[in-house]
Amino acid sequence: MATLHTRSAARLMSAPAIILLLAWMIVPLTMTLYFSVLRYNLLMPGLEEYVGFLNYRYFLTDPAFLTALANTLLLVGGVIVITILGGIALALLLDQPFFGQGIVRLLVIAPFFVMPTVSALVWKNMLMHPVNGLFAWIAKSLGLQPYDFLAQAPLASIIAIVSWQWLPFATLILLTALQSLDEEQKEAAEMDGAGFVSKFIWIVLPHLARAITVVILIETIFLLSVFAEILVTTNGGPGYASTNITYLVYAQALLQFDVGGASAGGIIAVVLANIVAFFLIRLIGKNLEG
Amino acid sequence: MARAVSTRRKTILTLVGWTVGFLIFFPILWTVLTSFKTEGEAIASPPSFLFFDWTSENYAEVQTRSDYGRHVMNSVVIAFGSTFLGLLIAIPAAWSMAFAPTKRTKDVLMWMLSTKMLPPVGVLVPIYLMFRDLGLLDTRSGLVVVMTLINLPIIVWMLYTYFKEIPGDILEAARMDGASLAKEIVHVLTPMAIPGIASTLLLNIIMAWNEAFWTLNLTAAKAAPLTAFIASYSSPEGLFYAKLSAASTMAIAPILIIGWFSQKQLVRGLTFGAVK
Amino acid sequence: MGSITLKDVNKSFGDVTIIPKLSLQIDEGEFVVFVGPSGCGKSTLLRLIAGLEDVTSGEITIDGRDATDLPPAKRRLSMVFQSYALYPHMSVRGNIAFPLKMAGEDKAVIEKKVAEAARVLNLTSYLDRKPRQLSGGQRQRVAIGRAIVRQPTAFLFDEPLSNLDAALRVNMRLEISELHQQLKTTMIYVTHDQVEAMTMADKIVVLNAGHIEQVGSPLELYRNPKNRFVAGFIGSPKMNFVEGAEAKKHGAAAIGVRPEHMNLSTASGAWSGTVTVAEHLGSDTFLHVQAEGIGLVTARASGEFGVHHGDRVFLTPEPGKIHRFDADGRAL
Repeated sequence: MATLHTRSAARLMSAPAIILLLAWMIVPLTMTLYFSVLRYNLLMPGLEEYVGFLNYRYFLTDPAFLTALANTLLLVGGVIVITILGGIALALLLDQPFFGQGIVRLLVIAPFFVMPTVSALVWKNMLMHPVNGLFAWIAKSLGLQPYDFLAQAPLASIIAIVSWQWLPFATLILLTALQSLDEEQKEAAEMDGAGFVSKFIWIVLPHLARAITVVILIETIFLLSVFAEILVTTNGGPGYASTNITYLVYAQALLQFDVGGASAGGIIAVVLANIVAFFLIRLIGKNLEG
Repeated sequence: MARAVSTRRKTILTLVGWTVGFLIFFPILWTVLTSFKTEGEAIASPPSFLFFDWTSENYAEVQTRSDYGRHVMNSVVIAFGSTFLGLLIAIPAAWSMAFAPTKRTKDVLMWMLSTKMLPPVGVLVPIYLMFRDLGLLDTRSGLVVVMTLINLPIIVWMLYTYFKEIPGDILEAARMDGASLAKEIVHVLTPMAIPGIASTLLLNIIMAWNEAFWTLNLTAAKAAPLTAFIASYSSPEGLFYAKLSAASTMAIAPILIIGWFSQKQLVRGLTFGAVK
Repeated sequence: MGSITLKDVNKSFGDVTIIPKLSLQIDEGEFVVFVGPSGCGKSTLLRLIAGLEDVTSGEITIDGRDATDLPPAKRRLSMVFQSYALYPHMSVRGNIAFPLKMAGEDKAVIEKKVAEAARVLNLTSYLDRKPRQLSGGQRQRVAIGRAIVRQPTAFLFDEPLSNLDAALRVNMRLEISELHQQLKTTMIYVTHDQVEAMTMADKIVVLNAGHIEQVGSPLELYRNPKNRFVAGFIGSPKMNFVEGAEAKKHGAAAIGVRPEHMNLSTASGAWSGTVTVAEHLGSDTFLHVQAEGIGLVTARASGEFGVHHGDRVFLTPEPGKIHRFDADGRAL
């Protein structure tokens, strides 16, 4: 569609965005790589020396790392399972006509727009707190001992909080996909004798498959970097019970000032994320043709 | 659906729907209610739901002490500043990609999106050190730069999809009608692109306002936006629930409202267009 | 005013050549129709004339001036798009006024010209509506209004009636023809519908895979098609082509007879066959006949001719109306 008159202007117009993003990606990442092969601690500046893969070895053999890795996978996996199952259920519900459906939809969407620090603090203090929290009151009313969620089941509690935040996202995406399902397809299935469950398994679910994949991939990308919720509730503890890779790197960098070690950890996090990103990019790329 | 749903089914669905909605929304509701209680009331057992002495003292207190106003300003400056800066850079880029695409355009777009998928922790160290050495730590401008960069891919991407939806022949008609490139952009392209630009703007403000990694790590007291300010409430100080609720309500209210109006844009933006 | 010349125009996109080498002369005030099957290059040709695409090589001259490198804005042409391409955020008034605004005309002048165009096209009561509030036919007229108001050297129409329903199409055809009588400006019209071509054109250009097959008046193309392609394209229902022994009898590789040039009888005739399908339209009856030794032949009969599926009929092609073609498809 473009004639010669617009092509040269076009190249100039995308230059700033491309250059900035290139710089943003290359410069810090290269520096991280560089730091990761140094022994560099902010408390002892000027004593940096090249140590090859030592930092990587320390990081990967540190028991905290394995715990953090497991926690990361549990966190991501747990939230995904909860949000997908819950999201499908909610999407099916919201797709039905009932009174006040629009408002219920707003209520369900709301948690996603609450900033993570507020979410975390509200859950920690007002709901989960073993003395003052609402759950404690419910337990006491039922004659049970209040449960200290964040101390006794830190990772599970954080999974719950993060799931609450991301459930609307999954619901919205799945609901959008659900509503794009051709009504006539469902009617054809009914003519062929399919009941609600059959329709769901054979028509609805395959149609949602793509949206579910998108939700899984995007949530994975973002959930790998869960940070604020951990910082504000448990600080990764007790011990490393609720530390994920992101928090571990943060702790090493800004709490222990171990720049070298933290950089190695950062690179490992990047590698993990790249694996997921690879698949997501392919999926989006295919969609670009449409 | 052309067929009428039975009233009984509708009633059951209504009950289920509202129950689910209420449960999910409850933490937010509880926060708003608590913000109007006295501190004593806030931790009273059994907790009161609606029948208590409503007071607005918490709002007053939060706003007067602890420079709450400054933190709000920080959030506003950072969210709006990075959004407008992002739009400034992204609009020309998205225009050229949508209307004068080359064979490499799609690859460039995909690459841009991939930079958004970089875990921030991978560049935490160098960014932190660079900011420290350049005196950018705990400054609003430093944070605006970071926010702009991390959201730029999404802004470009969303604008690109909106621009692509503008029918090419309307722009050709403008050319036939004698419009130069500049006039074509001003009189035809921009008015038609405004809904898309507005959607992108809203979504980006939401994302920048709620961002909770860089805002927590690169600020201290001066440039801390609301995310960091609220985080500072995390060390228990006892007897502060009502004030925390007030601060939280004020922090999330604007975004909740904006968010409620931009659901469709959210889907498009956050799934990178993979679901429409 | 309004003469356009194309000389040795070639249009290629990388390795793909849409138009190999084309030369054409369009005279002042003519209503020229580019017609041909999908993908023949007629829209591309129109866009080259408009300046929306650049020629790969060749020259385009408008009114004696070389326009090959001129941008569309400078060629003083107006285009009506298939989708109308109205500006959705402007009212009808705004849409029609836009080209004048771009030319920097005085506000009073614009008002006058817009009112005049609206009057000619019966749009006066719609001037303040937005395109989305208009029907297809009304939008079509706004698009034409926007084109007229500039008083261009020539009008370009890119399949403007394809998106309208059948009845509306007939009306708009008449309106556009009347417009041409009124304004007497050159009009170049692209369509795949040969009925539109036949009814509206002074001159028809039949295109096939980027080549001009024939240029001529509608009746000329109907009576004296230069090759099989044109013979089969013009006229509805399609001309019947017969090869083999029957064609050899006339000294050709293939012969062509139009359905309306078949004489029918239930008693005797040159070819005999069985009716497979009889289409009764009331005014005419179209018979599809499996003729022995010939193949499937279509014939037009008057509505009164009472013949049905399975009946035996006899067909005799009218003597002077048999077209003969050689092995390459050229008319003999």
